[in-house]
Amino acid sequence: MLRLVGQRLLLLIPLLLGLSVLLFAWVRALPGGPVTAMLGERYTPEAAAAIEAEMGLDQPLIVQYGKYLLRLLQGDFGTSLRSGRPVLEEFINRFPATIELTVVALIFAIGIGIPLGYLAARRAGTVVDHTAVVVSLIGVTVPVFFLAFILKYFFAVELGWFPTSGRMSPTMEATHPTNFYVLDGILTAEWDAAWDALVHLILPGVALGTIPLAIIARMTRAAVSEVQNADYVRTARAKGIKPARLRTEHILRNAMLPVLTTIGLQVGLLLSGAVLTETVFAFSGIGSFLAEAVFNADYPVLQGFVLLIAVTYALVNLLVDVSYGLIDPRLRRQQ
Amino acid sequence: MRLGSLRRLGAPVALAAAGAVALSGCVASERGDEGSGGDGGKDTFVFGASAEPATLDPAFASDGESFRVARQIFEGLVGVAPGTADPEPLLAESWDISEDGLEYTFQLVEGVTFHDGTDFDAEAVCANFDRWHGWTGLASHENLSYYYKAVFGGTGDDSKYDSCEATDAATAVVTLNTPVPEMIAALSLPALSMQSPTALEEFGADDVQGTEDAPQLTEYGKEHPVGTGPYKFVEWKSGESVTLEANEDYRDEIADVKRIIFTTIADGTARRQALEAGDIDGYDLVAPADVDALDEAGFTLHNRPAFNILYLGMNQNAEPLDDPLVRQAIAHAVDKEGLAEATLPEGTEVATQFIPSTVMGYSEDVATYDYDPETAMDLLAEAGAEDLEIEFNYPTEVSRPYMPDPAAIFEAISADLEEVGITVTATAEPWSPTYIDTIQGSEKHGLHLLGWTGDYNDTYNFIGTFFGTESLEWGFDDAEVFEAIDDARNAPVEEQEAAYQHANEVLMDFLPGLPIASPVPTLVVAPDVIDYPISPVQDEVYHSITFE
Repeated sequence: MLRLVGQRLLLLIPLLLGLSVLLFAWVRALPGGPVTAMLGERYTPEAAAAIEAEMGLDQPLIVQYGKYLLRLLQGDFGTSLRSGRPVLEEFINRFPATIELTVVALIFAIGIGIPLGYLAARRAGTVVDHTAVVVSLIGVTVPVFFLAFILKYFFAVELGWFPTSGRMSPTMEATHPTNFYVLDGILTAEWDAAWDALVHLILPGVALGTIPLAIIARMTRAAVSEVQNADYVRTARAKGIKPARLRTEHILRNAMLPVLTTIGLQVGLLLSGAVLTETVFAFSGIGSFLAEAVFNADYPVLQGFVLLIAVTYALVNLLVDVSYGLIDPRLRRQQ
Repeated sequence: MRLGSLRRLGAPVALAAAGAVALSGCVASERGDEGSGGDGGKDTFVFGASAEPATLDPAFASDGESFRVARQIFEGLVGVAPGTADPEPLLAESWDISEDGLEYTFQLVEGVTFHDGTDFDAEAVCANFDRWHGWTGLASHENLSYYYKAVFGGTGDDSKYDSCEATDAATAVVTLNTPVPEMIAALSLPALSMQSPTALEEFGADDVQGTEDAPQLTEYGKEHPVGTGPYKFVEWKSGESVTLEANEDYRDEIADVKRIIFTTIADGTARRQALEAGDIDGYDLVAPADVDALDEAGFTLHNRPAFNILYLGMNQNAEPLDDPLVRQAIAHAVDKEGLAEATLPEGTEVATQFIPSTVMGYSEDVATYDYDPETAMDLLAEAGAEDLEIEFNYPTEVSRPYMPDPAAIFEAISADLEEVGITVTATAEPWSPTYIDTIQGSEKHGLHLLGWTGDYNDTYNFIGTFFGTESLEWGFDDAEVFEAIDDARNAPVEEQEAAYQHANEVLMDFLPGLPIASPVPTLVVAPDVIDYPISPVQDEVYHSITFE
């Protein structure tokens, strides 16, 4: 197991190197440049040239890339052009917000998706099954920003049940030792703040979690359907195993493998979905910051955040692979 | 965890979700009471900003959101008369300007201290001037010290500033080596406001770090802004909000707003919804399409006196726009009134020259080009340009105060032009990062839409920005135009107005482009916000706000 983890971590190096080249080339290939975005109406060719020289944008690309890589190796991801803060600092500041949001979305998706898919499979052809199919169909077809917008309009603006935007009410005073706002509220026993932060997570969490919910439900339904008709289940049933044990140990456990893979893949999807959801809810995670960076042509942020997200994604997948081994003894033996 | 327990996970999650929905009803119902002060009244003003401030050190800022925050914390030697763009005394009670325009003697208000207890006196004034003058390296980067360099010509030896002397505690004498006629008006800019020399020093305000990639925020600019204004800095939660609290020692009364929170909501629709839901008390740059709905819902809309100009640029590097007859034809072809009515907010003033009517130097005698398609066609025939085909550049993905909806404006103008037989080739480009680059950094454009919002009440800030020198945007070199503007800028104070009027007349005879309108920027506040201090140059300090 350790060897697997080591190998996978080593593989990260060429992956990130390749990605850094791609990102660098892509960002430079975008039309215009950060200079015009900075200067706006005050643009003059002289001012632009001065800034370009100052930023080193007038040097050959290979020199620029070399410097970029050198700094990257020292853990320096550059400074955001818009905010004037180091990219890594911005990422670390905002990542907890996105993790909180992702966790809420995942709890929502898994908490409803698996039972829904399971029920649908167990009661195939019934109303429950049909409902599940329709729900998951809607879930995968409705664009996440549209859903976010609709949820916000009804539950926040019209009904006023939830806040419309942000991670916390602007007037709420709270301390943030970890930057995970819900956790912070619990750690510091500021219950109001914890509750306030949680309430802010629900609508964006539901919006973000809907597509994964639909996919997880479909996957669970398919997997459970297959497993419950498998020979070994029939054999187990024939041997008179208790129904509860049959369901958990034989059906659910074996059906969980493909579902787990799906959940792992959804994490990547959640990170990209966060760009839209966070923008709609003015939720200050990495997603909304990335969206702003695109708009402001904030190159260091674009390059840095995509790299950091790629690392996160790779680590999550590694975690999923490791957890396979924990669930399925066969895989453990193979390794 | 045994997998069997997974099955049971669903129920608690669903329960928790249901509970959250039910309980959040309580949170929502309490929302209106938040921010209650000791006397039971509301004391917190929450403003929905479209972006975070770039920095809390206004000397290094040039964006509206940084200035909005800075105006609460800092004051300049010169302020702005309420409701106008005109300079008036603030931290300087009065000033004398020497005959040659090189020596400014400022008489300071006495008994003022900065938030950190440092005295505001002539030494502090000189410390600020010397600070700006002394910037080197990254600090003198165009992007950081833009305004000081724009007003004083540069930093260090390039600067028109020479020295500052504190002749006594309440008298500061600023000496220039070249006159800066707009200096008094410019000193009302938040970028040139007075900051505590102690705090600047202690928190390394000028110690700008970073690579050639980008300058970094200083510790001062992140966490320690210290001014003399009615509000003190409390906290900047990066990406979320900036919180300020009332300065108990402020020399003037602070009405109801004891705490200000600027919360960042980048999306315009999201700002409107946050206001509708009661999450914020106001926001700026209301989309024209939202004005009626907000008004009907009982919100208070404030139209700022327009302090901007939208124009149709005509690049004379693109033939036949170098032909005055063609430019006049285009000017007669555009129905400015119709355009303003159809695409710009209510209250918009149609323009006759390149400055709004409130700016000094506005002339009633400029050549005007009334909407007259017949004349336009005649002029085109006279120029031999009947089958004119012309490139028309306009930006997308942008909304500026002077140009709320560029595509709509483009369509209105191109329809008018087609009417007189001019075929328009549309070139749309995203504002950031390409449009500005095309218009101001290249010759490859024909007609284009652009504009400007004034920084302070100074004619040069408008026409000097556009036509001060030869530029790629306009593509012409005309000694008469450049001289008229330069002469006006350097004219003695009492002759300046007439000189600027003359410059505007010369400009409109030459007709480098067509000034279209000054649209009114709209700000909205909740119904219970009274006495919002509306200002054409956004000099809006919240200490005069009261709540119903």
